[in-house]
Amino acid sequence: MREDEARVASLDPEHELAVEDPSRSEYIGAAPSSTARRMTLNMGPQHPSTHGVLRVVLELDGETIISARPEIGFLHTGIEKEFEVKKYAQGTTLTDRVDYLSNLNNNLCYALAVERLLTLEVPPKAQYMRVMLCELQRVSSHLVWLGTHALDIGAMSVYFYCMREREEILKIFEMFSGQRMMTSYIRIGGLALEPPRGWERRVRAVIERLAAGIDEYYNLLANNPIWCNRTKGVGGLPLDLMFDLGVTGPFLRAAGIKRDARKDNPFSSYHHFDFEIPTRTGNDVYSRFEVRMEEMRQSVKIVRQAADGMPEGAWKADAPHVVLPDREKMKTQMESLIYHFKIVTEGFRVPAGTVYQTVESPRGELGYYIVSDGTAKPHRVYMRTPSFGNLQALGAMLEGVLIADSIAAMGSMDFVLGDVDR
Amino acid sequence: MLPETLENDAVGTALTHAFPGAIVEVKQEVDGPVFYIDPAQLVSVCIYLKEELNFEQLAGVTAVDWWPAVPRFEVVYLLHSYSDNRRARLMLRVAEGEEVDSLCGVWRGANWYEREVFDLFGIPFRNHPNLERIMMPADWEGHPLRKDYPVHGHKYSYQDE
Repeated sequence: MREDEARVASLDPEHELAVEDPSRSEYIGAAPSSTARRMTLNMGPQHPSTHGVLRVVLELDGETIISARPEIGFLHTGIEKEFEVKKYAQGTTLTDRVDYLSNLNNNLCYALAVERLLTLEVPPKAQYMRVMLCELQRVSSHLVWLGTHALDIGAMSVYFYCMREREEILKIFEMFSGQRMMTSYIRIGGLALEPPRGWERRVRAVIERLAAGIDEYYNLLANNPIWCNRTKGVGGLPLDLMFDLGVTGPFLRAAGIKRDARKDNPFSSYHHFDFEIPTRTGNDVYSRFEVRMEEMRQSVKIVRQAADGMPEGAWKADAPHVVLPDREKMKTQMESLIYHFKIVTEGFRVPAGTVYQTVESPRGELGYYIVSDGTAKPHRVYMRTPSFGNLQALGAMLEGVLIADSIAAMGSMDFVLGDVDR
Repeated sequence: MLPETLENDAVGTALTHAFPGAIVEVKQEVDGPVFYIDPAQLVSVCIYLKEELNFEQLAGVTAVDWWPAVPRFEVVYLLHSYSDNRRARLMLRVAEGEEVDSLCGVWRGANWYEREVFDLFGIPFRNHPNLERIMMPADWEGHPLRKDYPVHGHKYSYQDE
């Protein structure tokens, strides 16, 4: 009803019905007649296109957004506080729950940070496995993004295809770790379990299917005039503002910045792999779509290289005081039993110091800042999550945009509210 | 002054030349040096880092509570230079209740990060445009990431009734 009135008012600037009724003024906005057409609209915290509990307070002039104020915190679960009472190894399970679409990338970042404090070297097989699984995770995260983003804009069928392919990737994670999503598979010092028999066949089957699938979905959308009209030239942001506001990842690469932690500060043997960092210069929703589609292709390429060149050998570091011993050894050897008992009961001590470790998560720069005071529990863990920085740019991005475009613009940011609120 | 091991560190040397006395202490961590900055010179140091040393982005701001030590807090600034592919870490030592200059005038993105530090640690920022709670509800009491704040418990327990 109120929307209709605002619409009528926008058609007829002299129409001041809204101002005459004081009980409505709080919805219609400020009282002066020049701003009579203004309306404040709450989007969320349960709006389906916000992909989580995000509230955006929109100030509208007709259908144009004058200002957008994102309000966050609905999903704040105090994970950083929880880290401080958990031992380092236990913290791994918390990292899964931050960004619930890229759990393995979070596992990896945390593990790398702690390993750096411990100066622990991880065997090549574990490193390759980590790379392979993280890239599969990137594809699965991008598939969720693509499906939901397309769904928001009105393309229904892409969603089903994406979810179908993602399911296959989740089955691989289940095969490796027993869990589909909260895998906790990348642990400090290596992996949680020995890679299962037959993984290679399954992974190869999935990437062959993905390689064909990605092109298909790309063509479904890129050749669709409705998709192009709704995404091209929408949701731009000046480059210096992007830097200022803390935007990272595909969002930034779609504006022509060729920066990716996998190339710039290679971690976990990424420098052994041959891949490109895709960039576009469009700085709009469509460019972000293209960048992410290209990233998926590159990820498939990396997974294939990892499967081809998977080194033989140990899958966890030879560090008995940090890494849990094999089950068999624990039951037969006294020393292993002692180590097992000590790690489980006391944990392991990490040398005092601080470290900031970044990885490239599907959403951008993910960083763990860990402060160790020399005990078995971290003194402080700060997660620099990519969604938080990206979401901060939402207000600037939506200014002056039509409300219908805000859905496309928001979808292109690919934020995860668990990642924002922690 | 810089320790001898850091004579080749570009950020450290540039800072000591431009702002003698701004670096209070340098710590060598596993991922590079960390500079403790004099809080009075924070904003001018950051403007210099952004304008002259190309640190385009403030990747994050956080704090560490060392309670019951005095001064109690450390505020941490994580800087990232895209053009030089370089990172730097600045630290401030802040006492309980002491105000820190806001960096919103240097990087607009400092806004949410500083609000988060204010919300979770109770460190106030001077000249911040909108210093409100961001994670916790507006009427929340206390600052959850302080070390003297309990990890478990309910404010309103049914057992009190």
